[in-house]
Amino acid sequence: MGRVAVGLDVTWAVKWLTLSAQAMAEHRVELIELDRAIGDSDHGENMDRGFQAVLDKLAESPPETPGAALKLTAMALMSKVGGAAGPLYGTAFLRAATTLGDAAYIDAAALAAALAAARDGIVARGKAEAGDKTMVDAWTPAVDAAAAAAADGDTLAVLIAAAEAAEAGAVATDPLVARKGRASYLGERSAGHRDPGAASSALILRAAAGAAA
Amino acid sequence: MTVRIVVVSHSDKIADGAVELAAQMAPDVMMVPAGGTSDGRIGTSMEKVMAALETAAGGDGVVVLTDLGSAVMTAESAMEFAEGSGTVLLADAPIIEGLVAAAVAAQGGASVHAVRRAAEATHGYPASRAKPEDHMAVATAGEEPGMQPGGQPADLAAPDASADFELVNLAGMHARPAAKIAGGLSGLDADVTVNGVDGASMTGLMTLGAGKGSVLHVEAYGPDAERAVAYVAGLVRDGFGEP
Repeated sequence: MGRVAVGLDVTWAVKWLTLSAQAMAEHRVELIELDRAIGDSDHGENMDRGFQAVLDKLAESPPETPGAALKLTAMALMSKVGGAAGPLYGTAFLRAATTLGDAAYIDAAALAAALAAARDGIVARGKAEAGDKTMVDAWTPAVDAAAAAAADGDTLAVLIAAAEAAEAGAVATDPLVARKGRASYLGERSAGHRDPGAASSALILRAAAGAAA
Repeated sequence: MTVRIVVVSHSDKIADGAVELAAQMAPDVMMVPAGGTSDGRIGTSMEKVMAALETAAGGDGVVVLTDLGSAVMTAESAMEFAEGSGTVLLADAPIIEGLVAAAVAAQGGASVHAVRRAAEATHGYPASRAKPEDHMAVATAGEEPGMQPGGQPADLAAPDASADFELVNLAGMHARPAAKIAGGLSGLDADVTVNGVDGASMTGLMTLGAGKGSVLHVEAYGPDAERAVAYVAGLVRDGFGEP
């Protein structure tokens, strides 16, 4: 009695990354199709390869803290993805890892802060703003929803709020005209297609909620 | 010791080839290629870039040149990961021209900031200076009395040092002489123009198309102005070490 839940631990982090890898494998073709419409059709393959590398690294040297798991993920994604998504997701996971530090447990406030740091890393690296039809359009609503949900102190609620907002944000990129990345070369013709990076971001944030359920 | 250079390209062959090319003009500068993904595909790899940065550490700083978009992001990420190992600067420059200019500047002993400047000067003409053909137009049309043929406003302060030199070597101004002039000048604290183009820009100097017998009009501004003019004088007098 009276013992407050201590928060998410490294087991959650590893499960999150494992579920993310499964999601990338399952949605590989779908992401390729989205990217074929407005990019260079390698996003699904790149993300699948990147997260398989994450699984290899996790098996090779099991992390002891959530922060260590995310840092290892950053390195694997940056090395193996190849396209622009590598440095973008890599920076996101790296900044989140830095925010979490050596903590063994993550509470709701720390979780919301880590998600915000991840989003800020993507913005810093990619120089995209909200509405540019990029992964930022999934992350920014997710960060806002997470911050609002964090007040109640329930990490699962934070993750569910983030996942739902990211999914809605990804869908909302459909009508947008791309202003960053490969899709921006298409101008008006990029409208009517979902941004692949926003779609994969929503999958990753949904996996985070799934791992905590 | 000199500044060292890391070349990040989507293609292994481009990175290796660019280094091979630049090494011809800067044999003593350590240049480390980081091209392609770690499994040999087209793309960029954090691991490769970080390994290259590690190899290049320990000199007087590192300048990083990149090709397309995500190479810049990979290089920035690698620099963020490899925090705190000497000065590492990312140059916003065309990868081949920028590398050659940077390598020549490094060969001449320029500082890490000067090496980056040399690379970035290859971006084309600074907005403040007109191209040689524009000077010609101004000179013949004579409609802009405020401008002199050199492209500088007439009321601008006189240069701190200036002189004219006739090219004596057979081949005149070409890549190697241009690289020598630009490389040396980029290490000095002076703004130098040669016939109106940026003296620290190798590509700018090459566009002068100055053959044997052409006269180079050198104007220098800043604390090292005298040294800059003397430097060009020495090179031209020796025919850049060529026949």
